[in-house]
Amino acid sequence: MTILVYLSIFLGIALFVIGSVLRILQYARLPQHLRWELYPVPHEAPERARHGGSYFETQRHWLQPQSVHHVPEWLAMCDEMILLKSLRLHHPRLWRASFAFHFGLYLIFAALPVALLRLVLHGPAALLLLAYASAILAGAGALGIVLGAIFLLKRRLSDPAQINSTKPADIFNLVFFLVTFAVLGTACLLRPQGTAGPGALLRGLLHFDPAISVGPLLAAGLILGSALLAYIPFTHMAHFIGKYFAWHAVRWDDRRNQPFSAGERRVAEYLSWTPHWSARHMDADGIRTWSEIATANPTVTSPQEKRK
Amino acid sequence: MKKFTPLKSLSEPGREPLLHLENLDLMPLPEPLETTEKDRPWNELTAQAQARYECGLDNTCAVNVPQPQSPEEERELVVCFLSGLDKLFSAADNWTFLQPLLLTMEHCTGCQTCAASCHIFEASGGAEIYRPTFRSEVMRRLYFKHVRRGGLLSAWQHGEVEVNWPLIARLIELAYRCNLCRRCAQTCPLGCDNGLVARELRKLFSQEMGIAPKEIHENGSMLQLKVGSTTGMNAEIVKDNVAFIDEDISERTGIEVHTPWDVQGADVLLIHNAGEIMAWPENPGAFALLLNMAGISWTMSSELAGYDSVNYGLWYDDAQFARVALKHVEAARKLGVKRIVMGECGHAHKALCVIADRMLAGEMNIPRESYLPLLRDIVMSGKLNFDPSRNDFPVTLHDPCNVVRLMGIVEPQREILHRLCPQFREMTPHGVDNYCCGGGSGFAIMNGNNFADWRFHVSGRKKLEQVLNAFSDCMDVETPKYLCAPCSNCKGQFRDMISYYDLWKKNRIFYGGIVELAVNALAEVKPGFIDWEWR
Repeated sequence: MTILVYLSIFLGIALFVIGSVLRILQYARLPQHLRWELYPVPHEAPERARHGGSYFETQRHWLQPQSVHHVPEWLAMCDEMILLKSLRLHHPRLWRASFAFHFGLYLIFAALPVALLRLVLHGPAALLLLAYASAILAGAGALGIVLGAIFLLKRRLSDPAQINSTKPADIFNLVFFLVTFAVLGTACLLRPQGTAGPGALLRGLLHFDPAISVGPLLAAGLILGSALLAYIPFTHMAHFIGKYFAWHAVRWDDRRNQPFSAGERRVAEYLSWTPHWSARHMDADGIRTWSEIATANPTVTSPQEKRK
Repeated sequence: MKKFTPLKSLSEPGREPLLHLENLDLMPLPEPLETTEKDRPWNELTAQAQARYECGLDNTCAVNVPQPQSPEEERELVVCFLSGLDKLFSAADNWTFLQPLLLTMEHCTGCQTCAASCHIFEASGGAEIYRPTFRSEVMRRLYFKHVRRGGLLSAWQHGEVEVNWPLIARLIELAYRCNLCRRCAQTCPLGCDNGLVARELRKLFSQEMGIAPKEIHENGSMLQLKVGSTTGMNAEIVKDNVAFIDEDISERTGIEVHTPWDVQGADVLLIHNAGEIMAWPENPGAFALLLNMAGISWTMSSELAGYDSVNYGLWYDDAQFARVALKHVEAARKLGVKRIVMGECGHAHKALCVIADRMLAGEMNIPRESYLPLLRDIVMSGKLNFDPSRNDFPVTLHDPCNVVRLMGIVEPQREILHRLCPQFREMTPHGVDNYCCGGGSGFAIMNGNNFADWRFHVSGRKKLEQVLNAFSDCMDVETPKYLCAPCSNCKGQFRDMISYYDLWKKNRIFYGGIVELAVNALAEVKPGFIDWEWR
């Protein structure tokens, strides 16, 4: 049983990493699109960012270097990632449940390095403190996830606004989280005597120690958790990856096109690609390039067509 | 109104509309339109239109797609649609917007945060088909099923959809029930962009199936590429009209106005929306007067499309967009100007300054900017003598989405109005959180069938509410009020909507641009440049 638990955890982590990397590569390798930013953009100069302004508010903006203020951008990212700013401002009712759920996940992830620290530090006071800290973080995290998932599930099932956008998998995903963390929480609370707790299990996992005894409920919870981890990157729950690109490559990407830049070279390459759109005015026969199509005038009859 | 429409209804055979809206269903308006009786009744879609075109979505018909004559024709259209769908997700065919489109397809959780931010959904009283995710959800299911070739597991994960001609016909109309204001995208916790989905659907229909509203394709971008302007004016006519405007403005202001044409090496190439020259000649006239008085070296261009800044391709077609943008830049390159300055036209700002930016390399990358910082600097410089008491009437400001939320020009127009208009008051909300006028993405020029009824009752309703609230303390007929809308399309929407509700006659709500307010306040100019004559 212990070996099975270890293997499932390693496999879960491996699939999570592979799935996430594949998804990151999928988005990162897409062509650079045309500019499509949305204001406010937080890395703008503070006096403009306050009202959502841009460098377009000044005459001859191209004569000034484009300023990028990293600190406000990082603060905006933290507010968005940790405190779910958009949801808090624009959908406060949903925010409570979603925040509990997501913050619960963050607490679980925060408990992990604390637990790892416990393995390397010495001294009874430090160990006790870290043991309590990791237990509190993990316990609060699991509670947040369970409560959040219950409220989100209730909303999915009862809110008419959600009917058209709710698929069977959406229900399954929430139930998956709910069951996994309910099982894990219960397993930790009702751990049979002589079986390993999370700390001992972590130590055993790192040393691949088969002598550790894992209780059946904790084993079930860990296998479920591993499966959940492996499943996430292959669903829309990988929005933590998509969100990075949606913000940095779309909403906040206000970079000007600079002569001789890498961006200019990339677009020059795309303009040599040959599209296949069928509408007559496109004149995209799979031979003409984007560049030729963009410089053609569909209202002017070519000499060849005239001869026809 | 039937409140809820299941997604699968879109594929239902038959041409019975999925939605029938009545005034009672709509979001209430403030005084003087506070009851459904005071609201205008809708013009019904004619029996002829219903018999000829695909009108199976709602009360109206924007695109006039002819009904197929046989099942074979329907099947061909479905095949064509699916072929276009594939191209929408291919890098070679759609590198321009592939990344944001894919991110939107793959990450929406259906949280419905966007729904609360959509003026069309809210104004309709929550009609399900106008929910921003309704259209996107159909598109998402089509993507996973037909582009990603998903099977049963995919249907379980991403949902099922049946593709047939009724679905496509309704989707064509539904792509034109969004103003592309992207307010929903601004509030999305995941950065999904339902506005972009509507635009990409329009692109599929145009670039693959050759389907687009006549007003924006045939009489829009095609006409512009043929004669130089969507107004139909060629270079000679536009020069004649501007000469007439110069004469008229000189007479009205007492200051000699002359518009320079094709000046080699000028600092500024000013490109107006040519609709201004036809419908609101005082606007280009005011520009000419201000630029001359401020001593700016400027010119207009008589090159093909060089005198009309509109670029309707922005709303529906990448090729048409690129062609028109290149014409604009080519006009500037030929003249050797130092910069292009866009006149009062929101979508033209966004098109040439932002969206076209990455397409323009080498000598085509001529600096481009808005007229607003230039005008702000003229007004604040102290070189010209302004008398704000001439503008001592209630003024409120509409923020065109393309200039504000999509380009970040927020304060220059406010600095001008605070300096020149003692009774300036903001709408709520404003700035980057503004609401669309309801005419965005081409709607302001689309009047076929009873589509205008829809854009006043539904897409323009939220803005109308904002305008009425902004002037709620002075709705009496004795107080003329000025709705400043520094964008041609927005002005067109306001002109039509104010007329529709008779708010000029009954409540003296007037509309216009921002340069007119500047000239009206110029001490050197004869008083009364703003003549309060309805047009």
